[in-house]
Amino acid sequence: MMKIWQTLTVKPWLTSSEGIVQSDMSTTEFIDTENNKGPGKTALKFFLAIVTLLFFLITITFLSRSQYPDFHALAGEPWLPFTKPIQLWINTACLLLASISLQTAVSLVKKQHIKSTEFAILLATFGSGCFVIGQILVWQQLSQGGFYVNSDPANSYFYLYTSLHGLHIVGGLVALALVSYQFFQDKNFIMNRKNLSLCAIYWHYLLLIWLFLFALLTATPETYKTIALICGF
Amino acid sequence: MYTAITDQVDESSHPKSFFYKYIWSQDHKVIAIQYSITAICVGLVALVLSGLMRLQLGFPDSFSFIDPSSYLQFVTMHGMIMVIYLLTALLLGGFGNYLIPLMIGARDMVFPFLNMLSFWTYLLSVIVLMASFFVIGGPTGAGWTLYPPASILEGAPGASNGIVLMLISLAIFIVAFTMGGLNYVTTVLQARTKGMTLMRMPLTIWGIFVATILGLLAFPALLVSAIMMLFDKLIGTSFFMPAILSLGDSVDYSGGSPILFQHLFWFFGHPEVYIVALPAFGMVSDVISTHARKNIFGYRMMVWAIVAIGGLSFVVWAHHMYVSGMNPYFGFFFATTTLIIAVPTAIKVYNWLLTLWRGNIHLTIPMLFAIGFIFTFTHGGLTGLFLGNVVVDLPLSDTYFVVAHFHMVMGVSPIMVLFAALYHWYPKITGRMLNTGLGKIHFWGTFLGTYAIYLPMHYLGFLGVPRRYFAMGETDFIPQSAQTLNAGITISAIIVGLIQLVFIFNAIWSLFKGKMAGDNPWQATTLEWQTSQTPPVHGNWGKNVPIVYRWAYDYSVPGVKDDFIPQNVPQDEVVMLEGNTGNNGENQ
Repeated sequence: MMKIWQTLTVKPWLTSSEGIVQSDMSTTEFIDTENNKGPGKTALKFFLAIVTLLFFLITITFLSRSQYPDFHALAGEPWLPFTKPIQLWINTACLLLASISLQTAVSLVKKQHIKSTEFAILLATFGSGCFVIGQILVWQQLSQGGFYVNSDPANSYFYLYTSLHGLHIVGGLVALALVSYQFFQDKNFIMNRKNLSLCAIYWHYLLLIWLFLFALLTATPETYKTIALICGF
Repeated sequence: MYTAITDQVDESSHPKSFFYKYIWSQDHKVIAIQYSITAICVGLVALVLSGLMRLQLGFPDSFSFIDPSSYLQFVTMHGMIMVIYLLTALLLGGFGNYLIPLMIGARDMVFPFLNMLSFWTYLLSVIVLMASFFVIGGPTGAGWTLYPPASILEGAPGASNGIVLMLISLAIFIVAFTMGGLNYVTTVLQARTKGMTLMRMPLTIWGIFVATILGLLAFPALLVSAIMMLFDKLIGTSFFMPAILSLGDSVDYSGGSPILFQHLFWFFGHPEVYIVALPAFGMVSDVISTHARKNIFGYRMMVWAIVAIGGLSFVVWAHHMYVSGMNPYFGFFFATTTLIIAVPTAIKVYNWLLTLWRGNIHLTIPMLFAIGFIFTFTHGGLTGLFLGNVVVDLPLSDTYFVVAHFHMVMGVSPIMVLFAALYHWYPKITGRMLNTGLGKIHFWGTFLGTYAIYLPMHYLGFLGVPRRYFAMGETDFIPQSAQTLNAGITISAIIVGLIQLVFIFNAIWSLFKGKMAGDNPWQATTLEWQTSQTPPVHGNWGKNVPIVYRWAYDYSVPGVKDDFIPQNVPQDEVVMLEGNTGNNGENQ
C-alpha cells in the first residue's frame, strides 16, 4: 500500500532530482529473470481476478434467487440428491489429486527429475479428466432422477456453475497440453518450469473455487436463508 | 542477475510474406489497424441505422420500409454497435494496441499471439452480430439494454433468433476483450522501458490502463447476464424470467427476477461509460498539452482522478434503475456516489482548461476536436448531474432528455476525442498528414451539427417527448412544434452523417497524396514520435529501445532552445538558449 502511495506521489516533472533517478532504477522497472515469473504471472493474477468475479456475481444472483418461493435446494431432506453427495466427493478427490500432482511436478522439475515430472503431469491430466467425466456423470444422475436443468432454479444453478467451472478446467487442460508439449520438446527449460508453476497455481485456484461451489450447492435451505439474511437479501 | 525486459534484443522474427505481415500478423500496430478498420466499418453500419431512425422520427409515415419493429431493431443495433463494437473496440483494441507499446518504449505486446487471437475473436463477434440482420425475424429490437422478459418473449422483434445471436456475439466479444485486456495491463506493468516509471507514463496510457482494468472487471457481469439469459431463452430456465403471460398464453417460466438482470447489466453498463471515457480523457490530455505547447496542468491530479473515477464507477450503477423501483435509501446512496464522481471529473475539465490558459495554442485539427470535446463533455456532464438525482430523474427518465444527455457525454464526446486522436496520430500511423482544409470542414460540420442535433433534444425531453417511440401520435402535451423540431434534428443528423464521408475521403486520399509527415510533425515529447522510421516497423525501435529520462510534458521549458524536450533526451543533451545557464525549468 505504501509502495502504491509512494508511486502515486512522486513529482515526475523534476527530471534531475536524485529521488527520481534512483526510482528509475528501482525493482519495478527491472525484472529478475531467474525468479520472477514475469508477464505470465501478472496476466494469471488478472485472469484469476476475472474468474473470481465471474463466480462471485453468479453467487450474488444465486443467494438472491434462493430466497424466492420456487427455489428448492438440492440437499437437506433424505430423498434429495446432494444430502449424501458421494459422487461429488469422488470428483473432489480427483481434482485434489490433479492439484497435488501438478504441485509435485513443479517441485520435481526444479530438481530436474524429468521422468517423474512427466508422470506427475500425466497424473494431473488424468485426475482432471476424471473430474470432468465425474461431473458429467452427476449431471446424468440428476436428470435420471428428474432434476432437469429447467425444472427448478436450484438445478439450473447447479448445471450453470458446474458447466462454467468445467469449461475452465477444460481450458486449463488445453493450456497444460501446450505447456507439456513444450516441456517434452525441452525447448526452454526455465520458461517451461515457470509455465508449469503457473498451471499449478491455476489448478489450485480452480480447486478452491470448486470447494466453495461444492459447499454452496450442497447446503441446506436454512443455510441459504442465513447467508441471504447476512447479505441483506 | 537483474535485467530489464526491454534490454532483451529484438528476437521477434519479422515476417516477409504479405499474409503474415498484414493479415495473420502478430505486430501490435497491424492488429491495431485491423481492429480500427473493423470497428469503423461496423460503426458506419450503426451510423446508417441512426440515420434511418431519424428519418422515421423526423418524417413519420414517409418511409414504407420502416415499420415499428424495424425501428426498434435499428435503435437496438445502433446502441449496441456504437457502445461495444465501435467505441470500446476502437479506443482499446485500436488505440490501445497501437499506442501502448510505442508510448512505453516496448517492442510489442507481451503476448503477441494472444493479441492476434483477440482481433480474430473480435471479428468473429462482429460477424455473428451482423449475421443477425440476415436471420428470420431479423436482429433483436429489445433496446440496447436487452431487458428481459420482453427481449426473449415472442412479440419483441428478433426474439426468436436475433437475441440469441446478440448474446452469443457479446459473449465472444468479451472473450476477445479479455485476451486483449490481459495483454494491455500486463504490457503496461511489465514491459515499460528503462526510466519509464508509472508516473512518467503519458496520460493516454494511464487512461487506457485503468479503462482496461475496468473492462476486465466489468465485462464478466455482462458475460454472466448473457449466459444466464441464453439459458433462459434456449433451455427454459427461470433465472430472470417471472411467471408471465405472453400473447395471451402463460409461458413455462416462473419465479425469476428481471431486476436481477438489470443489476448485472448496469454493474457492467456504468463502468462501460468510463471504459470509453477514460482512454478519451487520456488522449485528449496529450493532444491538448502537445498542441498548446504547455505541460499538462496537474499531472498527478489527473492520474489520481483517472484512478478515482475508475474506482467510483463501480458503485453508481443503480442510478440507471431509479424508475425500476428501489429502496429509497439505495436511491440516496447511488445519487450521492453519482454526484461524488463528478468531483474528479470536474477536476479533469478544469485541468484541461488551465492547460490551455496562457498556452501557445496551435489551432490544428486535433486541437479543434479536443477543444470541441471540452464543450460537449461539459454539457453532457452537467446534464448528468440533473439525472443523477432521483427526483429529477424520475420525470426525465425515458424522455429525450436522457437521449440528449448520454449522446453528448458518451457519444459525441468520445467521438470528438477519437477524431482528435485520429488526426493527431494518423501521421505516425501512415507517414502522411491529413488534409487540413477537409479537416476543418469535418470539424465544424461535426461540432456544430451535433449541437444542432442534441441541444434541441433537451427541450423535447422537458416537454416530455418519450424516447424509443416509433411515432408520437396524437397527444395533448406534445405540441406540433415538437414535430418541427424533430424534423430539424433529422436534417442536422443527415448532414453530420454525410460530413463523416469527408473524413473517410480525407483518410483514403491522404494515404496516397497527403503531405509527408516526417517522424515528429507535431514536435511532441512522447516516445511514439521518437521512432527512427515512420510508420514504425515491426519491433518498433530498431536495435536499441529508448531510455526515458523525463516525464511526457516537457513543453516550453524556460531557458531551453526548443519548445519541447522528448522523453528520451538526457539532461546533458538538452540544448539551452544562448547565454542561459538556468536550471532548465526545474523546481518551478
